[in-house]
Parts: sequence; C-alpha cells; structure tokens
Amino acid sequence: MSGLLELSVAEAATRIQAVELSREEYFDAWREAAAGDELNAYLWRAEERAVESDGPLAGVPIAVKDLFCTEGIETTAGSRILEGHRPLYTATAVRRLTEAGAELLGKTNMDEFAMGSSNENSAYGAVLNPHDRARVPGGSSGGSAAVVAGGLAPCAIGTDTGGSIRQPAALCGIVGLKPTYGAISRYGMIAFASSLDQCGPLTRDVTDAALLLEAMQGGDPCDSTSVGIEGGIRAPRGEDLKGLRFAVPADLAHDAIEPGVRAAFEATLRRIEELGGELAEVPLPHAEHGISAYYVIAPAEASSNLARYDGVRYGTRVEPEGDVVEMYEATRAAGFGDEVKRRIMLGTYALSSGYYDAYYGRAQRVRTKIAEDFAAAFSKFDFVVTPTSPSVAFGLGEKTDDPLAMYMNDFFTVPMSLAGIPAISIPAGSAEPEGGGPQLPVGFQIAAPAFAEQRLLDAAYVLEQSLNG
Amino acid sequence: MAELEAVIGLEIHVQLSTRTKMFCGCELSFGDEPNVHTCPVCLAHPGVLPVPNAEAIRYGLKIAAALECEVAPSSIFHRKNYFYPDNSKAYQISQYDQPLAVNGRLGGIRIHRAHLEEDAAKTIHLGESGRIHGSGGSLVDFNRGGTPLVEIVTEPDLRAAEEAGAWARLLRTTVRQLGVSDVNMEEGSLRIDANVSVRPAGSETLGTKTELKNMNSFRFLERGIEAELARQRELIGAGGTVEQETLHFHPEDGSLHPLRSKEQAHDYRYFPEPDLVPLAPTEAMLREARESLPELPEARMRRYEEKLGLSAENAAQLAGDPDEAAYFEAVCAAGDGIEAPTVANWVTGELAAALRQADGDSAAESKVTPEALAALIALVGEKRVSHGSGKQVLATLVAEGGDPAAIVEHEGLAQISDSGELESIVAAAVDSNPEAAEQIRSGNQKAIGAIVGAVMKQTKGRADGGEVNRLIKEKLGI
Repeated sequence: MSGLLELSVAEAATRIQAVELSREEYFDAWREAAAGDELNAYLWRAEERAVESDGPLAGVPIAVKDLFCTEGIETTAGSRILEGHRPLYTATAVRRLTEAGAELLGKTNMDEFAMGSSNENSAYGAVLNPHDRARVPGGSSGGSAAVVAGGLAPCAIGTDTGGSIRQPAALCGIVGLKPTYGAISRYGMIAFASSLDQCGPLTRDVTDAALLLEAMQGGDPCDSTSVGIEGGIRAPRGEDLKGLRFAVPADLAHDAIEPGVRAAFEATLRRIEELGGELAEVPLPHAEHGISAYYVIAPAEASSNLARYDGVRYGTRVEPEGDVVEMYEATRAAGFGDEVKRRIMLGTYALSSGYYDAYYGRAQRVRTKIAEDFAAAFSKFDFVVTPTSPSVAFGLGEKTDDPLAMYMNDFFTVPMSLAGIPAISIPAGSAEPEGGGPQLPVGFQIAAPAFAEQRLLDAAYVLEQSLNG
Repeated sequence: MAELEAVIGLEIHVQLSTRTKMFCGCELSFGDEPNVHTCPVCLAHPGVLPVPNAEAIRYGLKIAAALECEVAPSSIFHRKNYFYPDNSKAYQISQYDQPLAVNGRLGGIRIHRAHLEEDAAKTIHLGESGRIHGSGGSLVDFNRGGTPLVEIVTEPDLRAAEEAGAWARLLRTTVRQLGVSDVNMEEGSLRIDANVSVRPAGSETLGTKTELKNMNSFRFLERGIEAELARQRELIGAGGTVEQETLHFHPEDGSLHPLRSKEQAHDYRYFPEPDLVPLAPTEAMLREARESLPELPEARMRRYEEKLGLSAENAAQLAGDPDEAAYFEAVCAAGDGIEAPTVANWVTGELAAALRQADGDSAAESKVTPEALAALIALVGEKRVSHGSGKQVLATLVAEGGDPAAIVEHEGLAQISDSGELESIVAAAVDSNPEAAEQIRSGNQKAIGAIVGAVMKQTKGRADGGEVNRLIKEKLGI
C-alpha cells in the first residue's frame, strides 16, 4: 500500500492510463492517508470520489487550498466570516484539473484570506510543519504545502500573492510554482489582492508541477486578465545548464539571511556552475522596496475585495439591535481576524483621499521600477535566483506579535509578484535553524521572464535531478 | 446688486437596453419579480470576476459618437468604494480619470465626458424616514444591480431651468433614436441630476453649486432647478452664502431637502479596477459606431428649416420625434405638388388636433395613412374641398380611415364651385343679417364673421372662405 503513495503524480497517472493501477485503489490509499492528518492541514476531506473524467491527470487525487470555490463544498478562505459558505460554482482552475481527470481529495487550511506567512492566521487553527510540529509550515498556502510534504496528498494547488506558494513550499521542502500573472484563470479564486493573486501547484517534484500547470493554464472567458501560456507546457527535460545565465541580485550579501540558509544557497550556486550554468551578479536596485510597495498595494486591493463580506447575502451575519450599518459593523468585527482587520485598515488608509498619491500611487511607481529592473536583468540573463525565504521554518508563535518581522518572510518572493513574472521554489539542501535543532529544508528560488515557464521548469528540473542524485 | 445669472450643468444616467448586464450574463428586466435576474457575479459571491459586456461598449461608443465626443484610445475602469446594501461588491465599477469619451457637444451645450459604469440594485428601507439610517430593515432587489449605464456630464452651459428641460428632451430623443436605451424617466432608464449655481451676470467664476437629485420627469427637473435657483437667489440677496450640498427633490410638493451629512460624506477611495484590462476600442469599432448613427434630431431640425423651409417651431416639433418625423416625410413623399411647410402645418396642426380630440394614437399609429393625408392636403390645395370641410374629412379619417376623395363624395363635402349658387346664398345671408351688414358698412370688419358663419351654415362648410368674404364685400359695395 505505502508503495502507491511513493509514486509521483506523473508515474501514477501513467500507470492508471495504462490500466496497471486502479483509480479506486489509488484514490482510496490517499484518502486513507489524508484521514491520518495530524497537522490540521485539511479543513475538509472527500468521503467519496466525484464523477471521474479521463485525461492526463486521470485518477490523481488533489488537495485544493480552501481559497478556491468548489460547488456545494464548504469554502471558507480560512475565515470565520465564510464559515458554512457553500459556493454555487467551481473555480476554473479546479474545474480544469477535474476535467483533466484529477479528483478532489480535500480542501486545505490557510491563512485567513491568504494573509500571512505562517498559517497561524487561520480561523481554524494553525497548521503544523511535518518536519517539526513545533514549527510553522509557512503561508499562506501552508495547508497545501503540509499535505504534500506530510504524505497526506500527492499534490496540491495554492495561491501566491507575495510568496504564498513559494515560501511554504520552501519551509516544507517541496516544489512550489507561481506562474506568470495571467497564466491561470483567477475565476473562483477568492480574491486577496487581485493584481497579484496567481494560482499554482505545490508538488513533490518539478515534473508534477509542470503536469498540473499544463492542466490549469489557459485563457478563461470568465477572467479578462487571463491569457494562458502560448504553446502550453510539456514535461520538463534537460541534462545540464550549459549556456544558461543565472543572475544573483547584487544586494543579497547585505540582507538578513540565516547563515544556514546562505550556506545552502551558495552550495546550490556552485551546483549550477558544475552543471554548466553561468553565474553573475545583477543589480536590482528597487527590489529592496518591494516589501514596502507590496504592503501598500496588497492591503489596498484587499480593503476593497473584502468589503463584500457584509453579512447581507451569504456567510456569517451578526445581528445586533439597530440598523443595517450596525449589522455590517458587528458582522465584520466578529467575522474577520486581527491580521485581516489590520490589512483592511492599512489599505483603506492608503486609498483615502489625500493619501492616494503618497501611498498607492507611489507604490505603483515602485512596482513599475521593479518590473523594469527585472526586464533589464532578463535582457542579459535567463534567470534570477535567490533563496526563497531568509530563514528555515520558524517556531509556532515566534513571530505572531511582530507583524513586520513576519512580513520580511516575503522579502525574496514579493518582487517577482510585483513584476508579475514566474518563479519556482525547489528544495535545495537543508540548514540548522537559528538557535539550533535538527536540519530543516531550504528552498531555492528561480525566476524567469513572463510566460517563460517552460524554460524555468526545464532548468529547475535539471537542478532538481542533480540535487537529488 | 447685479442680476444673478443661473449656471446649470446636468449629470445624466442612461440605462442601456442591452440583453444582459454590464459584467455578467444575467438578463435585464423591468418589473419582474425581485431577485430573479441574479448570479454569483452580480451578487458578488466570493471569487467571481467581472467580464465586460461587448454590446454595452458598442452602445457607449454609439452615444459618444452621437454626442460628437473624442473617444479615449484607452480608458480604464475604476472601483468606487462605498458600503450600501444596493451595492453587492461594496464598490461600483465605474470610470474615473480616464473615461470612455470627452469633449463632445449636443444642441450647443458642451459635453464634459461620457463613461460606462454599472447600476446599483434597488433598495427599500422600512420605517418612517425611508432612509437607511435608523430604518427597521432594508429590502434589496438585485435585478437592476449591474445594469449597464452610460453617465453623461455636461459643462455648466445651461442658463435657465426651461433651457435645461428642453436640452434634456433633445438628449432623450437623440439617445432614443440610437436604439440603445428606453430613456424613460418614470421607469428610471433615464435619470438626470442637476448641478445648480448662480453668479453675478457677466462674471466668469462659478458660484458654489448644489446637486439636485430625484427629479424623475422633465417637469420635475425644471421645477427642481427653478426652486433651487429661487432659493439661492434669495439666500444671496439676503447676504447669505450657498453651501455645497446634495438636495433631494420631493415630487409631492416640489420641495428640496438636504441629505443628512453622514450620507454625503463619502470618500470613495477610487483606484484602478485590477480585474479588468484597459478598454481600447479598435478603429473598426469606432467606425462602426459612427457609421451606425441615424440622422439625429439636431441635424434633422436643421434640414427641415434650411432645405424644406419649415418654420423653426414646426421643424423643432417634427424633428424632435423620430416617429412623427418619419410620418411627416412619408406624407411629403406621397403627395404630388404639396409643399413641405403646408404638410408640416397639417401634421402639427389639424392632424394633431384631430388626434387629440379623438384621444387617438400618434399619427404613425393612427388610421390616417400618409397617402390619405397627402391626398386630403391636395384636395384642399386645389380648392376642391374647403379648409373647413377638410377638417371634417380628417375627423372621419381619424375615426375610420379610408380615402379622402371617397369621403368627400359620400358626405357631399365638395366645395361649391358654381359661383351663381354661392352668390345667391351670400345675398340671402346679407339680407337676413341687416344689423351685421350695417356694422360692416360703417367700418366694423369683424362683423363680417356673422354673415360668413351664416353662409357656412347654409353650405355646411362647403364654401371657400376667401370667396365668401369677397362676395359679401361685393354685395355690400365695399
């Protein structure tokens, strides 16, 4: 039985298509594994298989972040305010996966409305890191990362607004891909920051990530900002990195990176050179302002996106004595957690008349500058590489009282989100956490120009094969 | 103190008559059961995204073309954020600093801008105030929520309430003719707010304006503006100053009341709508909008006056109503040798009166075919039927339809052409009205009416009025 769970998604799908493996048997094995969730990673688990379709993912069970609407199945976005909400429709990304044959295994825990880097902001409790249950799995797609890393699902999807796929993938030691903005439809993905949100896979290897990406990508008439990836995505391949130019941001040396993470990162750089890749430093002068710009833009959009949760049409409603305005206030006060409230207030302030130019307008200009920095880098280089996260998984409760320290987790991932370009985190070594303890996974981030996912996956695959071998 | 000049600008919301809503596939409706035309998108369920309605964009471009606007090569949608139960997303998708179209004109009034947006749902607040604050409950009908709107904003070029009303009517006719809206003020598919201020005549600076809302007919629009102008003039005359505020028009008594300050203290926190890409119309879309324009009332009015020689009044009346205009032109086309100004007089005068009297339909929907009216005008023009008899024939046409010549025959209305017969009738009438005859002789021309009346009575109106007058004067020797 346990042998089944070791198969990669690509291998399992191949065996199912060749009728060497039964869909029922494979699904049941994973359902049983998911039932053993001790990480608080699932919010909902399938009790039976849905109607099956054939396709490249036939018979592949998949865990889906609870930010994706699933028709008739409770979808909370990790928030009290959507407790009991059963959507009337299914998100395009999920529908494409099931049309390709995937079967919904469960909905995963997450930071409320995807706001967080530790999964401690879920209204349904923190998720535990499978490598060390006293530590966080990262966030906001912490549940999706934990189920894959913890052997509770063969693959998962999550969403990434400023690092919410890549950072938990790094902290849990798996592969996480944030595609180009517009590669996958956002329809049915509960909005946090609309100009940044992007769906992507969390998998055990790069090949599986490519398989899920291909199933989900494509323009969608329901999302005006979606275009898909021209030519689609095939299984990644390659033997070496000859002729490929990798850029390391010049300012990286000054940044607060844990020594163990830095050592693992430098070891990976050496491996790139061994594989024939060329390394050079590149200036990304505006990237250091990424966090500041991000924490204006994302809360601004969130303050508007989350205004619809008012208790009028669905979800939680708290009805005090008084008129509808008082009902709004009571509902939102009870329904949202602290971090969500903090960001709504930040965003509302940033958009206020008289402050718009100083905050939102300025942040958008920084965003443009960061995109220009990347464009300049990609005129000379194929990829930009960084550590995914400045630290390995940190302890539960360690940063909950210090929002700024928490926000710094996104330091390396936010610039790519602001530039709308694809970036992948792959497991690349391990490091001892600060303060000592057993080794924990370290993630290596590779970013590529917009819609260059195939090239990105090919390079990540070569590096992965080498690191695993 | 110098006279205070009125400065009026209008903000018009036109509900587009597309098949579906602005950003989702729900059908538009009016008067259906509440909340039947809804979906996750227009109810703002979690995860949904707006998809712009291509037809609404085409309609918007048509309006922009009709108003001679410059269309922006790329315009963007913004979110206008506010909490209210009529607004499911808690923001309205509208356009802000890069609207669809700018710098147009209509009927001599400059158009500041025209942009696309979505309508709110309909709310009813229970309780005495009828407002949200302090209400015992609020009912929402989302059928209207998401209906496509074009908002048109004029420059403050209007100088009187009546002028504003007349211009608003011209706008309605123009938009109606484009076939993009029902433009019905009572049903709310046309909503007009007015920005009103006064300033010393000749001054170039603008006074403080107030915004007038809820005037749901042209008459109320004029009354509201009139009342506000009077209020502002009185206030300033008494040494006061106008405060910028929004005033609600009460149709029951024509009064204006300010909204509570809490209700107007909005900071809409506009920002570009990240769920939509910029709207960049192609050259083909712009060409299609221009080429699809019918002849609009303003151009038609000019043609009627300049090419057809109609009076300004007749031209305005006929050109302002596309159906009436089409009928008028059909009569002109059906008749041989009848003059357009004569036809215009008949259509706006005799025919309109006859239809009114019969509580009948519009000319186009009446039993009077353009051919019949043309034939009747010709009979009168050729003096085969007197003008008075002509009106009788018209009454029959309105009631029953038919062919004027046959009606003339059947009702014996042919004009008396035998001058001997008419002469003897006139002689008899003069003899039997000696007092009137005496008055005429002594210079009272008005007295002739009594004798003409007697002749007309005797002939049942079949005599030509001019001829009768001439014969009476001949008989009396003047």
